[in-house]
Amino acid sequence: MSATAREEVRKTAPKTGQRSGPATERGAAEERLGRRLVLPAVAIMLLVTAWPMLRALYLSLFRYRLTTPDDRSFVFLGNYGTILSDPLFWRDTWNTVLIMVVTVGVELVVGFAFAMVMHRIIFARGLMRTSILIPYGIITVVSAFAWQFTFSINNGYINSWFDWLPFIDPDTNWFGDHWHAMTAIMVSEIWKTTPFMSLLLLAGLSQVSEDMLEAAKVDGATWWQRLWKVILPNMRAAIMVAVLFRALDAFRIFDNIFVMTRGAQNTESSSFLTYRQVIEQMQLGMGSALSVLLFLTVLLLAYLIVKAFKVDLAQARGEV
Amino acid sequence: MRRNVLGTWSGFVLIMVWCLLPVAFIVSLSFKSADETTAGSPQFFPNEWTIQNYKDILDNPDFTRALLNSAGIALTATVLSVVLATLAAYAIARLEFRGKRAVLSLALAIAMFPVVSLVGPLFDMWRTFGLFNTWPGLVVPYMSFTLPLSIWTLSAFFREIPWEMEQAAQVDGATAWQAFRKVIVPLAAPGVFTAAILTFFFAWNEFVLAISLTSTTASRTVPAQMSYFVGADPFNPPYSQLATASVVVTVPVVIIVLLFQRKIVAGLTSGAVKG
Repeated sequence: MSATAREEVRKTAPKTGQRSGPATERGAAEERLGRRLVLPAVAIMLLVTAWPMLRALYLSLFRYRLTTPDDRSFVFLGNYGTILSDPLFWRDTWNTVLIMVVTVGVELVVGFAFAMVMHRIIFARGLMRTSILIPYGIITVVSAFAWQFTFSINNGYINSWFDWLPFIDPDTNWFGDHWHAMTAIMVSEIWKTTPFMSLLLLAGLSQVSEDMLEAAKVDGATWWQRLWKVILPNMRAAIMVAVLFRALDAFRIFDNIFVMTRGAQNTESSSFLTYRQVIEQMQLGMGSALSVLLFLTVLLLAYLIVKAFKVDLAQARGEV
Repeated sequence: MRRNVLGTWSGFVLIMVWCLLPVAFIVSLSFKSADETTAGSPQFFPNEWTIQNYKDILDNPDFTRALLNSAGIALTATVLSVVLATLAAYAIARLEFRGKRAVLSLALAIAMFPVVSLVGPLFDMWRTFGLFNTWPGLVVPYMSFTLPLSIWTLSAFFREIPWEMEQAAQVDGATAWQAFRKVIVPLAAPGVFTAAILTFFFAWNEFVLAISLTSTTASRTVPAQMSYFVGADPFNPPYSQLATASVVVTVPVVIIVLLFQRKIVAGLTSGAVKG
């Protein structure tokens, strides 16, 4: 390609990343095309989220049981009052928060250690990448079964392998009391999602500049200092994304609990409570109110996490 | 330096054990006979290896039907979702239009959405529309929940494509269609493929909607079917058969991971982290 042709290309190529004036005809055509192309995706997303959510908001104002639909009556905020004054709701919320905090905390530490190993390793990279994707790819229901059997008193190996630990003996019934059952649930969650966390952290780690680390080393910084002063601050965006995604994901925990305990031993989560109200008891009004509360909690959580890290997501990604 | 190498090696071994031990256990359990698990067999490997469980599970019409539902629903949702996401991501990466940021924010908000919040209203709506307990009744929500990830992944990916090459080809004498097909499509294909794999994983894995919006084997997917698979005695679940079913549904995932690990890692991280 000649130099003049290249020049020509540069002139006609659309200037991506820059805001072109909407006044030009070209700009208007682009505007129309752009909107037309995103429309189907936006429509589908709204159909399954915005609309049902508005409907939930509306239904939550009624006492409405599907088994007696003619009995529907307007109770305004009555359902919310009932829920917020019910200890069951608070117990389940506490369980959910506990699971979220513990699992994300452990995952962050273990995931970071994994990421460090993967970052440094020079052999068997493909093998490692394949292995780390297996827990991520396995369906949660299967992982829940795997861990249920692992902890099982009759068929699991935990009791026989780990009976040297003070709180485990050969007859420990892991699903027989609250704390043991919660531990088993959290272990299954941590096992499955730590690899995902470590991949996100690995991506962040590979963006930390080697030059800066080298410079810190030359200046006499210890390993610990380099970690806290150079590596972690430069990975802030990656850590935030990982924490945000995993925290919200952990907050809606459902599959493991459903499979492992069905909510027995006070292991019910907020999502489980909502599911039970709507699907098992057909309390559409009360269930909708729970849905709305759950949604608001997730929104608040997301807001708090983003604020805590002081990162603009779009900026972190080079968007805007 | 020696200590470092040792540390990396033990880290490697630890990661491998972490990832593979539970999988090895469930595979081993699937080869134990029903008698052995009922009697209790805390040892890791079967006393006697048997493939009877695999014969039983593949002869179970409920399970094979669920497998068919899972495959059909996941593949349909994947194809449709990736087509729509590609259009949207192309527009976001390439064109200037107002509302671009709004689309990305909407996608992000949906990615964080607590799925169970929608169970009630969707249950109600789908019964009205006649979509309850049908394939489309799951395909549509799966599309909607996988669109955000696909749009983010693809738009990050598309921004890296040197779009000027398309014009360059045209200057060199190619028609617009030729330029697009011969230059852009080969560059974009790996990204689209990655988005497809991640979407498939989501749909294959999904559980909340699968048990809430289905009621019979007409549309129940494998995860939902497995949770109903209690056997004759509820206090003594059919361990070995459940383990076998677990292995069978995990095999497709493992094959996909083995074939495309590089792409999956790129896709998982580019949508979220890469600047």
